[in-house]
This record gives sequence, structure tokens and C-alpha cells, in this order.
Amino acid sequence: MDATTDTKVRDARQARLSTLASADGAELLHLWEGLGIDPACEMVRGPEIGLIALRGRIGGGGAPFNFGEATVTRATVRLESGAVGHSVALGRDRRKAKLIAILDALAQDAEMESKIDAGIIRPLLKSQADRDALRREETAATKVDFFTMVRGED
Amino acid sequence: MYVAVKGGEAAIRNAHKLLADRRRGDRSVPSLTLEQIAEQLALACDRVMAEGSVYDRELAALAIKQARGDLIEAIFLLRAYRTTLPRFGYSQPIDTGSMQIERRISATYKDLPGGQMLGPTFDYTHRLLDPSLARDEAVEEGDRREGDDTPVMRVSDILAQEDLIEADGDVAGEEIGDLTRTPMEFPMDRDTRLQALSRGDEGFLLALGYSTQRGFGRSHPFVGEIRIGEVEVKLDVPELGFAVTLGRIRVTECQMVNQFKGSAKAPPQFTRGYGLVFGQSERKAMAMALCDRALRADELGEDKVAPAQDEEFVISHSDNVQATGFVEHLKLPHYVDFQAELDLVRRMRGEHARRRDGEDSMPEAAE
Amino acid sequence: MQTGGSIVEGGFAEPVFASQAVFRAVMDAMARPGTVQPIDAGTNPPPPLNATAAAVMLTLADADTPVWLGPALARNDAVRGWLSFHTGAPMAEFASEAAFALMVDAGAVPPLTGFALGTQEYPDRSTTLVLQVDALTGGPNLTLAGPGIKGTQTIAPRPMPGHFDLQWREINGLYPRGLDIILAAPDAVACLPRTTRIVEGEV
Repeated sequence: MDATTDTKVRDARQARLSTLASADGAELLHLWEGLGIDPACEMVRGPEIGLIALRGRIGGGGAPFNFGEATVTRATVRLESGAVGHSVALGRDRRKAKLIAILDALAQDAEMESKIDAGIIRPLLKSQADRDALRREETAATKVDFFTMVRGED
Repeated sequence: MYVAVKGGEAAIRNAHKLLADRRRGDRSVPSLTLEQIAEQLALACDRVMAEGSVYDRELAALAIKQARGDLIEAIFLLRAYRTTLPRFGYSQPIDTGSMQIERRISATYKDLPGGQMLGPTFDYTHRLLDPSLARDEAVEEGDRREGDDTPVMRVSDILAQEDLIEADGDVAGEEIGDLTRTPMEFPMDRDTRLQALSRGDEGFLLALGYSTQRGFGRSHPFVGEIRIGEVEVKLDVPELGFAVTLGRIRVTECQMVNQFKGSAKAPPQFTRGYGLVFGQSERKAMAMALCDRALRADELGEDKVAPAQDEEFVISHSDNVQATGFVEHLKLPHYVDFQAELDLVRRMRGEHARRRDGEDSMPEAAE
Repeated sequence: MQTGGSIVEGGFAEPVFASQAVFRAVMDAMARPGTVQPIDAGTNPPPPLNATAAAVMLTLADADTPVWLGPALARNDAVRGWLSFHTGAPMAEFASEAAFALMVDAGAVPPLTGFALGTQEYPDRSTTLVLQVDALTGGPNLTLAGPGIKGTQTIAPRPMPGHFDLQWREINGLYPRGLDIILAAPDAVACLPRTTRIVEGEV
């Protein structure tokens, strides 16, 4: 594998894990069931619940500071093939964390990757985009259109 | 003085049973679900998350239910829960500049890039109680209008172009303070102070912020910008070797812009106070920004004349879990302390009486 | 054998119970300096780390404790990856910034005063040195005295850092600053907290 392929694989994995972590747990489970696979796997770690410290920046763009914590759940699984998958996601949904780790491990196989991409990742991205669009449009409806009254000479 | 006392177990047990009963209330009224609390008392959940300092909406809802709606008790419950969890790491700093905006206003610029979006606000409501809510009538959905999804520029970045406002400051810092890990020390760095303010009691910070407006440490504030919305949380995961997005959190950010006539240390310019709080918590974010600015008195070479400028006073008393713990502990048995005080007062009273009697009979022996 | 997958293996099977048991052993060893506390580690770390040193790290280190690795380990990607996955601890660049220092080679231990020694106000902000040793017996005798020891206690770990008794005397002189040492043999631990003095013995 050359360096560019390496980077591509990495970027794809990063994007996939991010999409999965941002997903609604019930929706993810539903899509997973649609995939119709149930690989045997061993839990190497977790799923376990913990915290991460959340950081902001002073003034929005300055030095970092800790402003609170959030619950997270993480998991690591190993499939029979030996592939190891990881996950970390906000919240305390153990089943979701386990599913993501399994998907991360499965997707290391190219054929499985495209199946997961079509059956899970793309639908998740679509529903996230729909939710975002709705919220954006609802917010846009509350945008203030100022009318400036004519005044003075000029 | 502390002395171990036994007894009262049965009373305590029954008190807790009664508490559970009263919490549930009239059984003919349906029990609240956590979803109902999270959805319909969303801002209460936001406050509990912010001051409990744990972002987890479902836990906040559970805490509110368990605390019978006593928010400080709910915050206490959440703080207690967080101590049971391991910390897996530290997020990358969130980027409020790429927020999915749900509300964004500025009091300093009318026509700012991205516009003013009111969002779901109580502002401009008439504060008239709405009897229709008592009847559970159907509620219309919000209107929609085409929006655009380019990131909305922060107002501070607009002002920065003219060099009339202080910059965000250095990004590369030393170690980032964490008051949940190391004991507080004064003077405190601004990062740790902001952490304390972000989890501080809304009422306390609101009152202090108000005091700065009323002349106790005047700081001439304008709301440069308030923005509310969701931001992504990213974490570097060592076993993966890269950062992944873990999901999103809703935050409120307030950039307070303050007139500053300059000092020996800095030229005349606008300075800033910063507020960043979990959830939709506008009042808290504004109060936080006012307090942050007031507490920068030393850094900016201002005279410290008001309570809101006194770092040790503000930070030591802003945590409502600490405050409630110390105030409420007074109701716990202090029988022995009080016996000792009683003896002392009796003795002083006796001495006082003897002295007075003595003065009456032989004034020359006084003192 | 050290592929990507093996980094995730060899941790505690039951993290809660295992770390409690190891913590108990380390606590007892700290409370009674110089006594040998057996540890059934249940870890299978990448070499050259032994199971006990690994178990101690898994029990004590976490995301808030920077770990400094001695030269032999710092270049070992398998060990770094393994510790990072199982503890979440960040790696410290300098010994003076470490909450824990993990070393497998007594001969390569830098001068003890180069580790974090705490401050007068916060003496706890110091390094705990986890030193892997071959055995807790068979080395030169160290006769120990101090809090937690009735009379004296003798231990003979091997190998130990050069001029250890002199170095330790210097650490003793800094009290309440200083550092604490956990000696990790393949099947047991023994501890030298900063309050312990070496009353006899040369290493």
C-alpha cells in the first residue's frame, strides 16, 4: 500500500466513525438490522461509559480551557478474522458503541466497506443532512429583515 | 467538635420512603417520563447539565425527576454521578465558528454578515400566561425559509479587522487548568476562572453581572454576539491515530464587548468578556461574560473596587453545590458544639453579671 | 507478533476486580515499606514489560497521569501503544513532568532528582517510579526503617540503580518533597515511599 492509499483508507475510516458516532442509536440499530449480518465477535474492551473533558477557546478562538465534561461510551471488538474495531461516541448507549466498533472492524474488508457505506453510512448522512436543513430553515425564518426609514437630507 | 451519635435509622428510612411517595405525588396523575422532561423542560435540563458540568440530557432529566424539580439538588446528583466515571480524555477545543446556528444576535451591528436570527427566544413575548397550554392544544410547527449553510462569522472577528478590539490572545498556552483535578489557587488564570464560571450558579453570576451594570465596577458592556447551536465534539483517539467526531453538543456563546479607556498596560480599545455554557442558557452566558470581564481588572490595570472584580470572592462562592453543602450542613446535629457554646455564654454572662455587680459596689475595681 | 491487533490484547480480563486487587497489593506495599506483596497480575504485555509492572500501570495510570518511559521502552512502539490503549495516559516528554515513570532497566535510571519531586505546598505532585526488577530477593540487602516499619525491614531487590543508597538519602533530605518507588518483580511488588530510610546496605 502506498502512502496515498493509506491516507485514503484512514480518511474514510475517520469519516465513517464520525458519522456513526453522530448517529441516533435507534436509527443505527435499524439500519444495521437491514444489513442482515451478525458476525461473531469478542469484546476486547467495554462497552464502557466514562467522561471526556470538553474544551472551548477563550474568546472563541484563543487559548483552550476546560468548560465541562460529557458522558461517552467506548468499545473495542475483535472479529474472528482478527480485525479489530474501535468506537467512541457521546452518550451512554452501550449497544450503539458496540455496533460502531463492529462496523469499524467489518469495514476493514473492502467488500464489506462498500456494503456498509451504502446500507448505513449514506442513509445516516442523508438523515443528518435533512435534520440540519430543517433546523437551518426554521432558524432562517426568524431572521430579521431590517427596514431603514428614510431620514435627513441626502 | 464531632462526636459519633447513633440512632435515627428507622426515622431516616421512613423519611426516604415518604420522600419517594411525595415525589410520585397523586397516583391518579400519570408519572413524568424522562423524554417528557428532556423535551418539554429542556431549559431546566440545560441548566442542570451546565451547572452539574456534565453534558447528558437524559441524566439531567433523571436528576430533575429524582430531585422533584429542585434544580440545585438535581445538579448535586449529577455532580455525584460524574465522580463515579473514569475520564477517558480531553476533547479538541470546540469550534463555535462552525456552529450549526439556532439563534444568533448582535446588539452592536445591525447588518452583520450572516444576519440576526432570533431563534426560539422568549424575547418580545408579552410575558402573559397562556391558558391554552393548560389544555394541551395542538402546537403549530415553526415556519421555514431557505437558509444557507455557510459558517456564520463571529462578531469578534469582524471588529478585529479594525484593530479596535483586543484579539483572542495566544493560542499556545501552558498547561490548561482544571479545577476538578487540582485545588483552587488565587490568583487564578483566566482558563480556570472560565471553567469555574461556566459551572457556576446562574443566579449568583446574574446578580454579580447586574451589579457591574449598576455601577459596582462599571464595564460599559454591549452584547457583541450571542449564538446558540450545535457544535461537533472531536477527540484524538490514540489507538486510531487520528481524531474522530463523537457527536454534537448544544452550547450558548456570548461575546460581551466592553468600552475601555485604556490604562498604563493597554491602549484605548474594546475589551471582551466571554461566556460559554452548555445548552440554551443565554442569561447564564451573558452573566458569565460580564463576570469574566469584571474579573480581568488586574490584567487590564483597572482599580478593583467592586465585589464582581474580586476573584477570590466570586470564584469561591459561585459553585452552588459547595454553597448548598456548607449552608445546609448547619441543619445537621451540632449538639455538642452548641453545648460548648452554651457553657461559654453562661460563663460570660456570669462574669458579666459579677463585673456589673462589682462595679456597682466598688467602682474603683473596674477592669 | 506485535501487529496492530495485539496492542489491544493482554489487558485485565476483569478490569474492575483486577485493578482493585492490584491496588490493594500496592497500597499494602506502600503502607508496609519493604514487604513483598504477591500479585497475580493476569496481564500479558508486550516484552520486555513484565506482567506485574504492566498490571501496576493499568491500575494506576489514566488520562490524567503523564507517563514517562525509560529509554528502553520509549522506542518500543508495542509497549507505547499497549500502555496508551489500556490506560489512556499521555506520554511525558521529560521525566520531570511525569506522574509515573516506567523503567525496565535499573542501570539506565537517570538521577532520581531529575524526576518530578513535588513542591513544598503540593509534595504529591511528584513522580512515582515503577521500576521493573528481576526479583525482590537475591540482591544486596537494604535495611529499611521509617513509618510503617516496626523496627527494621530488610529487602534485597535486584538489580537496583547505581549508588541507590546515596541517591535515596538525598531524596530523604528533601522531605516532604521527594518521590516514591514501586519495585515490580514478575510475581510481586515492594515499595519504597519517600518516608522510608535506608539504615544499612550498599547498592
